[in-house]
Amino acid sequence: MIKHESIETNAGLLIILTLIVISIGGLVEIVPLFFINETVEEVEGVRPYSALELRGRDIYQREGCYLCHSQMIRPFRDEWLRYGHYSLAAESKYDHPFQWGSKRTGPDLARVGGKYSNEWHVAHLVNPRDVVPQSIMPNYPWLLETELDFSDVQDRMRALKKTGVPYSETQRELQRNVDEFGVEVAARLDILRAEENLMQQALDNNYDGQRARITEMDALVAYLQVLGTMVDFTQYEEGYFTEFR
Amino acid sequence: MAQAGTAGTEQYNYDIVRKFTIMALVWGLLGMSAGVYIASELAWPFLNFDIPEITFGRLRPVHTTLVIFGFGGSALFATSYYVVQRTCQVRLYSDWLPTFTFWGWQTAVALGALSYMFGITQGREYAEFEWPIDLLITVTWVAYFWVYVQTLRRRSQPHIYVANWFYLAFILATAILHIFNNLAVPVGLFSLKSYSLFSGVQDAMTQWWYGHNAVGFFLTAAFLGMMYYFVPKQAGRPVYSYRLSIVHFWALSFLYMWVGGHHLHWTALPDWTSTLAATFSIMLLLPSWGGMINGIMTLSGAWEKLRTDPVMLFLITALSFYGMSTFEGPLMSLKSVNALSHYTDWTVGHVHSGALGWVAMVSMGSFYHLIPRLYDTRMYSTRLIYVHFWLATIGILLYITAMWVAGIFQGLMLRSFDEYGNLAYTFVETVAFLHEPYVVRALGGAFFVAGVVVMAYNVMMTVRRSRIEVAQLEAKLAAKMARA
Repeated sequence: MIKHESIETNAGLLIILTLIVISIGGLVEIVPLFFINETVEEVEGVRPYSALELRGRDIYQREGCYLCHSQMIRPFRDEWLRYGHYSLAAESKYDHPFQWGSKRTGPDLARVGGKYSNEWHVAHLVNPRDVVPQSIMPNYPWLLETELDFSDVQDRMRALKKTGVPYSETQRELQRNVDEFGVEVAARLDILRAEENLMQQALDNNYDGQRARITEMDALVAYLQVLGTMVDFTQYEEGYFTEFR
Repeated sequence: MAQAGTAGTEQYNYDIVRKFTIMALVWGLLGMSAGVYIASELAWPFLNFDIPEITFGRLRPVHTTLVIFGFGGSALFATSYYVVQRTCQVRLYSDWLPTFTFWGWQTAVALGALSYMFGITQGREYAEFEWPIDLLITVTWVAYFWVYVQTLRRRSQPHIYVANWFYLAFILATAILHIFNNLAVPVGLFSLKSYSLFSGVQDAMTQWWYGHNAVGFFLTAAFLGMMYYFVPKQAGRPVYSYRLSIVHFWALSFLYMWVGGHHLHWTALPDWTSTLAATFSIMLLLPSWGGMINGIMTLSGAWEKLRTDPVMLFLITALSFYGMSTFEGPLMSLKSVNALSHYTDWTVGHVHSGALGWVAMVSMGSFYHLIPRLYDTRMYSTRLIYVHFWLATIGILLYITAMWVAGIFQGLMLRSFDEYGNLAYTFVETVAFLHEPYVVRALGGAFFVAGVVVMAYNVMMTVRRSRIEVAQLEAKLAAKMARA
């Protein structure tokens, strides 16, 4: 048995032993999450964000929305009633970084998509107290005034592709996406058509109510409206998801 | 600058310690004021003024970065550089490398705070720095490690004093955490935007492994190092139990790294991980209290110092808050408690009883010990140290009490049902309830900042007096020389 004295008189030994001791926790708890298949549920419908939604997500992150809004519904009765089905790991598998949050100064947004109209979101973001008098959320009027910069949206998608998000650049990758997500979605995940797709989605949906312009509001509302809508829970038997927990 | 303690400055590098100490106070004042401001925004949302740069979402990372890395980080650089020199009885390794760590660190903190206001952020709590700043931090940190190890190697004492073990563990752990939590793919070489390498559940676990150990090593282990030097020094007594310090050092270093998952209870993180994290969180109570007991019991036999020495008052109060928040932490890591407390202000209160009560109080106590020695004089006013102590203590108590009320009541309201089984409250009704606690919290924060203002004034006057004393001494010496 070595004496502790030999550690406190030897800086090198102290450093090595400390490194070993502090490494174990992370190795045991994090590394398996990449290899255990049940960690992320098998579920249909989850797809990467479209170019417009992605830019909306960037804005969500820029404004620090995640500091007051979680995107993680827990399996409790009150959360079920208030927000809907509890969140699955699969639903954030394309989220770089994750947006689960840590504090609910405002309500959870994991399933806010489709819950309110575009008009409501625009009014709410411009001045929350116009629609929710007791709200303490800041106003975000500049979203409606600022043209969306999507000049580097292809680069953004390429960076995400490097992390493993299945955006496509080659014909083969496109075909893979067609097989996995269907023709319509695959087309929207094509990096080469990103600008075109972005403008089309903004034009088709006119999220911000201003047909002539594509603003940051368009992008953010497009993102909010897709949150939690990708999985059709009616497809799955009750108890299916508990197998993964 | 005219040096007061000429003998001291030749033997030890005090200049770098002075620089970091002053910057700790500057960042502390700025960061805590930012905290009071964002707390006020939650109480009175008009304070966001529709100015993007100062809305809550952008200013909150400014607050956390300035207090954790600006104030806390600078305090750790200052005290670790001081402690390693004093306990090894050797001058700090190299003169330019510590200066480099100073400018590297200050630049990173300043750039970080500015970048968040302009919306440049990784969106990872307490790791919001975008990739170029992350690289700067990495280089600075390697330099810091090198200075520290080289100084240790040159020690004239065979033993490495316990305070240095904690500082060393903090430097090593922070390096590992920083690197793995910031793995990201930049959008381009000239783009300030990057996307994290991991996604979803793995990303969440990595972030909270980092996040909780930013607390565990940056805000705890390192400050325990501070405690192990300054408490015995100020008390004039040896550490209570040497054996306890060994046991709790290794136990703390080992256990902390497991507990991050308790930030993700009931989420899509697999149950095995969060259960493991909760189990280790409970175990962590033991080494945490080991440190608290070792610190407080060092005063055993000299308790009367609490009546006569305000610096001791700071240090022992800090340890008491440390003991309290490390009891509250394991409690909140229980899944059943966490179901109520998570996502509420209870967590915010918990963090602040640690951050204000432990981290800030132990730093300030250490500074009141350190500053007179750095400037070779006495503190300008002992009375003002008492004033600071009471402002700080009242501030913390207001803060955490308000957050207990806010968190626990909001948690209870959110889970209550009416007689038909419907939700009893809408979400916004709980927000409306929070107004009064939020006002009290902002007031508590204001008390605490007022204390820091008093300290800054006291320190400024101390430095000024030191300069006057040196000038007088030099004049006297010159007169003597002229006569001779």
